Amino acid sequence: MAQETRELICINCPMGCPLTVTLEDGEVISVAGNTCPRGDSYGRKEVTNPTRIVTTSVPVDGSKTERMVSVKTERDIPKGKIFDVVRQLAGVRAQAPVAIGDVVLANVADTGVNVIATKNA
Amino acid sequence: MSKTIEQRAIVVVGGGPAGLAAAIAAHEAGQTDVLILERDTQLGGILNQCIHNGFGLHTFKEELTGPEYAARYEQRADELGIERRLGTMVLDISEDRVVTAVSATEGITQIKAGAVILAMGCRERPRGALATPGYRPAGVYSAGTAQRLVNIEGQLPGREVVILGSGDIGLIMARRMTLEGAHVACVSEIMPYSGGLKRNIVQCLDDFGIPLLLSHTVVDIEGRDRVEAVTIAEVDDKLRPIPGTEVRYPCDTLMLSVGLLPENELSREAGVELSPVTRGPVVDQSLQTSIPGIFACGNVLHVHDLVDFVSQEAAAAGANAARYVSSGCKEGSDSRGVPVSAESGVRYTVPSFVDVDAMDDTLTVRFRVANEYRNRYVSVYLDGERIQHRKKRVMAPGEMEQVTLKKADLAARKGLAKITVKLEEE
Amino acid sequence: MYDVIIIGAGVSGCAIARELTRYDCSVCVVEREEDVCCGTSKANSAIVHAGFDAQPGTLMGRLNVEGNRLMYEWAKDLNFAVLPVGSLVVCVNDADRPGLQALLERGVANGVPDLRIIERDELLEMEPNISDEAVAALWAPTGGIVDPFGLTVALAENAAANGAEFRFNAPVSAIERAGKAWQVTAGGETLLTRTVINAAGVYADELHNRFVELSTGSDTLQASMTVAAEPLSIVARKGEYYLLDTTAGRHVRHTVFMLPTAMGKGVLVSPTVHGNLIVGPTATDVDDKEGTNTTPAGLAEVASKSSLTVKNVPLREVITTFAGLRAHQAAHDFVIGEMEGAPGLFDCAAIESPGLTSAPAIGVMVSGLVADALGLSAKPDGAFDPTRPGVVNLVMTSFDEWDELCQQDPAFGNIICRCCRVSEAQIVDVIHRMPQPRSLDAIKRRTGATMGRCQGGFCTPKIMEILERELGMAPEEVTKRGPGSELVVGHNKDRIATPGVRQEGGEAR
Repeated sequence: MAQETRELICINCPMGCPLTVTLEDGEVISVAGNTCPRGDSYGRKEVTNPTRIVTTSVPVDGSKTERMVSVKTERDIPKGKIFDVVRQLAGVRAQAPVAIGDVVLANVADTGVNVIATKNA
Repeated sequence: MSKTIEQRAIVVVGGGPAGLAAAIAAHEAGQTDVLILERDTQLGGILNQCIHNGFGLHTFKEELTGPEYAARYEQRADELGIERRLGTMVLDISEDRVVTAVSATEGITQIKAGAVILAMGCRERPRGALATPGYRPAGVYSAGTAQRLVNIEGQLPGREVVILGSGDIGLIMARRMTLEGAHVACVSEIMPYSGGLKRNIVQCLDDFGIPLLLSHTVVDIEGRDRVEAVTIAEVDDKLRPIPGTEVRYPCDTLMLSVGLLPENELSREAGVELSPVTRGPVVDQSLQTSIPGIFACGNVLHVHDLVDFVSQEAAAAGANAARYVSSGCKEGSDSRGVPVSAESGVRYTVPSFVDVDAMDDTLTVRFRVANEYRNRYVSVYLDGERIQHRKKRVMAPGEMEQVTLKKADLAARKGLAKITVKLEEE
Repeated sequence: MYDVIIIGAGVSGCAIARELTRYDCSVCVVEREEDVCCGTSKANSAIVHAGFDAQPGTLMGRLNVEGNRLMYEWAKDLNFAVLPVGSLVVCVNDADRPGLQALLERGVANGVPDLRIIERDELLEMEPNISDEAVAALWAPTGGIVDPFGLTVALAENAAANGAEFRFNAPVSAIERAGKAWQVTAGGETLLTRTVINAAGVYADELHNRFVELSTGSDTLQASMTVAAEPLSIVARKGEYYLLDTTAGRHVRHTVFMLPTAMGKGVLVSPTVHGNLIVGPTATDVDDKEGTNTTPAGLAEVASKSSLTVKNVPLREVITTFAGLRAHQAAHDFVIGEMEGAPGLFDCAAIESPGLTSAPAIGVMVSGLVADALGLSAKPDGAFDPTRPGVVNLVMTSFDEWDELCQQDPAFGNIICRCCRVSEAQIVDVIHRMPQPRSLDAIKRRTGATMGRCQGGFCTPKIMEILERELGMAPEEVTKRGPGSELVVGHNKDRIATPGVRQEGGEAR
């Protein structure tokens, strides 16, 4: 039985709890150091399938107030796909009017996740 | 002035997160004659360029980006019909609360306010303030300026970047620049610990393999016209560069995230007493400054780590200002209450005074610690007696801490002369 | 064919150009940098020296005192900022009193008015923060402070308005004889001129030595003031400074110098016309004539010397540090005149401190030499306009006046630089003046924007936008200080390949 431990910092909230995740044959058997349940699930996910929300901005045409509109992935996407997401956003332009929550790019990088506006423009 | 002086119950200086929350709270407390003066052309302040996520976990129990967080407050302000004047820069606040402002549409205007809420935010410490040796070429940007260029203008300040200082904006910009196609060589931090939040080190540096060099600083900037290289050296425990440790990093951009300073020029001119530690106003439990009727909140009061705490604090300032106005704008008593003393590892507290009679049932006292500490106790003493003693696993200067005082505890102690907040090893 | 080509658009070159436009002649100023006031003129103590430093009988001594007088006079016509705050040379040791007396006598010999020695009590009244060691001081009420950018720009704008031409980004690569005239190659262009004036600052020795090569004997156009055809060597003498926030601007009320002692020379502590406090300079000879970098040793020296004359200088209020280079030569006097054997080639070289103060007098003198040599006549009455409109300073404007300005132009209500109170209106105003500013630093020199406590943190993107709009520039074309100092390098994701989309331009990384 191969047991290993991984030390992580929980990024769920700014408290940044130091987590100790214990794995056995690649399976998480315990998470310690968290102060809330979100830390436990973060710890489990981070060592098996880490994910992130990607935020960036894209140019917007026809807006009176903005040159750029900020966007984000609607949910977290696999960490390994961060650069696929921004690569696919290169060249994407939004068309005013844009409202918070509008889909700017659907199913980005085949993640099944939409990129949505985070600002009105 | 030849123009007439307008009368308003409450004038809020600044329409960022603090100003918005203060104005909303004042309105909700029954004082509907509230006016926000904002120098930018939109509300939201610095949140507009903070397009990353992580805002609002405490307030809305969900993770928002800066513009989304601002939009929630703006929407509430709209619902309440709170008046705001954009593109309006406050030039002067007098001791008797006459606010002078200028805008392109109105020219100079003067408003006599029942109460003034200072919510001007903060600014970045520039390169010049560090007296870093070297040339003064293009390509040296404070992180916030670079953030505006990238996020608002869509312009890339550089392609090969070194970041000095590990404040949160610098960490956030390390990721932003990477995602926009630049290469970030390293983040150099003169202190032995980071000035930013741990989560930002994980998701902005570690995720992208960007090294964080603790106890390192920039000792030379090369390039007469545009940055060509910077030299980074390790520092000793007195923060002096150690000869022989220099490493030269060819780059076209040096980004600085070396601290934020409350922007208190207006407060100083008004005669508001400022703390040499926070560089913000010295306030009592109602967040009132040394001038009766002038309140302060948010980053102009002390630099916060989380916008959620700014909103909470500002809401308290707004409600207190409303109460001040509805009780007839009475001058306070000479005494500002019991002093709160920051000792052993606690750099400062906000507030600095507590008027026990006037306080609410509970009072949040916010503070920052002076160093990185593990397994220390946060203690509160009333005169000699310890009334709170709470263990914290980790505390760092980059993160704000707080204790809650109960009116019942304070009122029970006759002749209370001093409240002390300090760190203890056991 | 020009009558006069002036090489160098520093304060001397611009003063000479302005004074020459009083005459009926064609003048062209060529400058290697992108704007006026980019060399020694931009980074110095910004002091109007009273004139007690230089040895009696020197050109320096004469032109300093005359320049001081003209400075205050010209400010009325040219609308640049100068304040006669007066200066103090502080003696911190009774043993050094003879030195103070000698300075007084030298000043009197140079013709400096109203000099007197004051004792500690009076000094303390004038400067409450003066050092506890101070025993007496030389008080020079004609000393003052000036905006060196404003002065140089005002001279250049007035010269341009009166017909002088300016060519920027035009370094001189060759000077040759062309019959009785001269051929100057600047920025790749060949220009013919009857006379050349060397006002090239730290590079004036290179030009002077070229003049020497071109010299053929002893004839001149007019020999009222000549320079020997012998090589000259100018050393770049670096001075490093601290500039403190306006919160520290009232720490002293006058320019405070230290009387040099056996222990060495101190640094000056002075208010500036922008309300800041300046502390410096050091004096270190450097090999690199572009060596305007600050150094750990230099900055440490300023910090340690700041306390010699003034107590508790609040160095933590520093908003920037900078270094300038003075054009020092061993004989320590200005080198002005026509070169022997090279009729029409004029030197205005080795203009080190008090060169800024002397600039108006230098302008009068050199223009006079050239006018005599060429037999120029003054323009007819009314053809020369000595006045130049100032740039509005909102810090000094009352709210009533400001409100009126806003009625005339709402852009006065749109604050761009919040630290220094510079509105959009002032920036647009200066952008459309000649010589035209095209960079962030050029706007700074004319309006003060970016000079405050945030050092351009908030206003840089806004000024870039105004430059783009007013001059039709692309963002990538906007510079800090001319070509090579571009502020942004491209746009977001411009080098991130989109799947299936070929990237235009830009090399792959």
